[in-house]
Amino acid sequence: MLARSHPAALRRLFDEVGTVDCVGVEARVAKYTTRSIKKASKLWGLKTAVSMVDLTTLEGKDTPGKVASLCRKALQPHDPALGVPQVAAVCVYPAMVRHARKALGRDATVRIASVATAFPSGQAPLKTRLGEVKAAVADGADEIDMVINRGAFLAGEFGEMQDEIRAVVAACGRATLKVILEVSELETYDNIRAASFLAMRVIREGDFIKTSTGKTSLNATLGNNQVMIEAIRDHYLDTGISIAMKPAGGIRTAKQALQFLIAIKETLGDAWLTNTRYRFGASALLNDLIRQIEKEKTGAYQAPYYFSEATESY
Amino acid sequence: MPTLTAKKSKRPPVRASGRAAPALIFGDLWEFDPAPETADPKLKARYELFIDGQFVAPASGNYFDTVNPATEQKIAEMALGGAADVDAAYRAADKAQKTVWGKLPGRERAKYLYRIARLLQDRAREFAIAETMDNGKPIKETRDFDVPMAAAHFFYHAGWADKLEYIAPGRRVAPLGVVGQVIPWNFPLLMMAWKIAPAIAMGNCVVIKPATNTPLNAIKLAEIFQDAGLPPGVVNVITGPGSTGGLIMAHPTAAKIAFTGSTEVGKVILRSVAGSDKKMTMELGGKAANIVFDDAPLDQAVEGIVNGIFFNQGQVCCAGSRLLVQESVAERVVAKLKNRLRALRVGNPLDKNTDVGAIVSRGQLDSIRSYLDIGVKEGAELWQPPCRLPAKGFYMPPTIFTGVSQSHRIAREEIFGPVLAIIPFRTVEEAIEKANNTPYGLSAGVWTDKGSRILKMSTELKAGVVWANTFNQFDPTSPFGGYKESGFGREGGRQGLLDYCKLV
Repeated sequence: MLARSHPAALRRLFDEVGTVDCVGVEARVAKYTTRSIKKASKLWGLKTAVSMVDLTTLEGKDTPGKVASLCRKALQPHDPALGVPQVAAVCVYPAMVRHARKALGRDATVRIASVATAFPSGQAPLKTRLGEVKAAVADGADEIDMVINRGAFLAGEFGEMQDEIRAVVAACGRATLKVILEVSELETYDNIRAASFLAMRVIREGDFIKTSTGKTSLNATLGNNQVMIEAIRDHYLDTGISIAMKPAGGIRTAKQALQFLIAIKETLGDAWLTNTRYRFGASALLNDLIRQIEKEKTGAYQAPYYFSEATESY
Repeated sequence: MPTLTAKKSKRPPVRASGRAAPALIFGDLWEFDPAPETADPKLKARYELFIDGQFVAPASGNYFDTVNPATEQKIAEMALGGAADVDAAYRAADKAQKTVWGKLPGRERAKYLYRIARLLQDRAREFAIAETMDNGKPIKETRDFDVPMAAAHFFYHAGWADKLEYIAPGRRVAPLGVVGQVIPWNFPLLMMAWKIAPAIAMGNCVVIKPATNTPLNAIKLAEIFQDAGLPPGVVNVITGPGSTGGLIMAHPTAAKIAFTGSTEVGKVILRSVAGSDKKMTMELGGKAANIVFDDAPLDQAVEGIVNGIFFNQGQVCCAGSRLLVQESVAERVVAKLKNRLRALRVGNPLDKNTDVGAIVSRGQLDSIRSYLDIGVKEGAELWQPPCRLPAKGFYMPPTIFTGVSQSHRIAREEIFGPVLAIIPFRTVEEAIEKANNTPYGLSAGVWTDKGSRILKMSTELKAGVVWANTFNQFDPTSPFGGYKESGFGREGGRQGLLDYCKLV
């Protein structure tokens, strides 16, 4: 009985995938914040970050109109003369997918992501969660952001957790899957690393692991981003399967976004510096990126009212 | 029921045949623009000696150049101190100690130390740049480590100065008199602080010589002593060649000598003062073992290995120059280490993004290169990450040697450069045996998830500092010093102060 208890299961998993030293990780990521990115390299970083944004609105008060305006902003974040690229995707609740599809059109270059599986808690019967995924895909979602069963993970029921992810993979069909670990509820870096491996082993090449829902107290940090991208790197070097990464929540400034990109450059290398391998789940971030791009081009910061409205959901 | 064969396939399926082995690309897709630190280091064309509170020309009238190792260009002319200057410095120090400094209450001495620390903080950027120019170490190290840590040493010892009656319970302490000090080129400013702060906090006066290669910040620090109103003669700075250092060490006025540098020079100094009653502390070479067990958090261990041997281009006496790695994870650790090294940025030390700067001098670079030849000739396998080195300046890419055994010279001798020798081991006992199998004993590192093993290792490793799950961490409160040929005496903490006083 002892061997089946959850601490033992976690211990075995840690033995297999390795542990993380909290102090060491935080010392490592602190070095990213001392990098000095200037001129052309800054501009490249800012534009690349824009192209990686999943422009998000996830609120109870979302309306078809608000989603339509979000989609418009996604297609053209700023004055085209400035050369700001389109964002990677819009991210909305399943009920809003059809409105987003209508706003973007059939052949949009901006993808539609939808948080399904009883986001953010995931506390609904599996059948309900899968139904939600299928409905979102049927309405035109290109990407599904699911949440893992944190309860199952913390209880050591890894099989259950992985089976559920497998079922969502099947329900996704051709849609890309993003697996939200909800790092703040996993509590430790050891757990974040272990959960990353459990998820990566059952998803497909090109699918994502994602830090958080943005709905809890602690979201994406350089620390948990680092733990997850190191897991992605180890998984890739072991299996050849490249998994993508999406930090979400709490990244509000261009400076932060550049620090996350530096982490990618120095940990996963150039192949991950693209929006098929790396995304930012954010909304307020986009306007700060544009503001900085404008500053790089004109040498002056513009007032906030020079930029079209930001969605402030997370 | 699980069988042995079922257990074997723990790892995910192997990649499809025909596909290239997965590898990471650390290319120039996002190359950083130069980000040089541009503040003014406020340099003069010529610097004099600092004796009795004044900047004075050397008796010989001779000067020598100090050179920027990153550009090979002259930075400034430094005074070449000789026997007459050393005598004058000792006279001034002796007088100051007997008439002023030794009589001042500790709380009054503390005020001067606090003032020095604050003035250094005020001019931190200027000192960081001057340090980088003179030594070649990256600006991010001088800015984030050398200068703040130097200030921290003055602050820490300022705090002690009025509490010295509690430092040795039941005893009273008294200063020794005049202390002669010679410091190395690897941490020019920090070593000044390490040596001067405890000495003057305790009421001693100082005659100090910075290394010939890196005299700049020593004499700039003298400007701060002057600005702080430190009484004349309390600290005297003599720049010059190694022979002048010999004169300082052997001078009859010195009640104590303190030396940090190579074991070779340390032995020469010891012979020169044999028969005298001088007190001594020596902080000499090292060949530290950084020991990684299979249960260690590997990515953080790799970071510690990098910090252990590539910090300050490996020109650190306590550098983790030997990596002892448990057999079962050796391959994985080396693979991770190589990927990490490929992301290191080698180049202009004044660039804020530079991780590995220039080697201090051509002589040192040649010495490191000769060790690379020796390593290859003795059959070890050399690996360096691809990197573009600047055309001018003394640069050495981070280097690792695999296939090294205890008998290789690169595993036995202190290279004092960015060169790591990787040696596998199987058991805890073997790790201890190998780690202690060296004439040195300055520092060691242990990486494991198991607390009891850390305690066992820290007891059995013959090293002055044992770091657990970290490496190259320093603090003024923590004593630092060696076993065996790494020297004797401690610097920092209460123990370090006790080496600068007599108990009465």
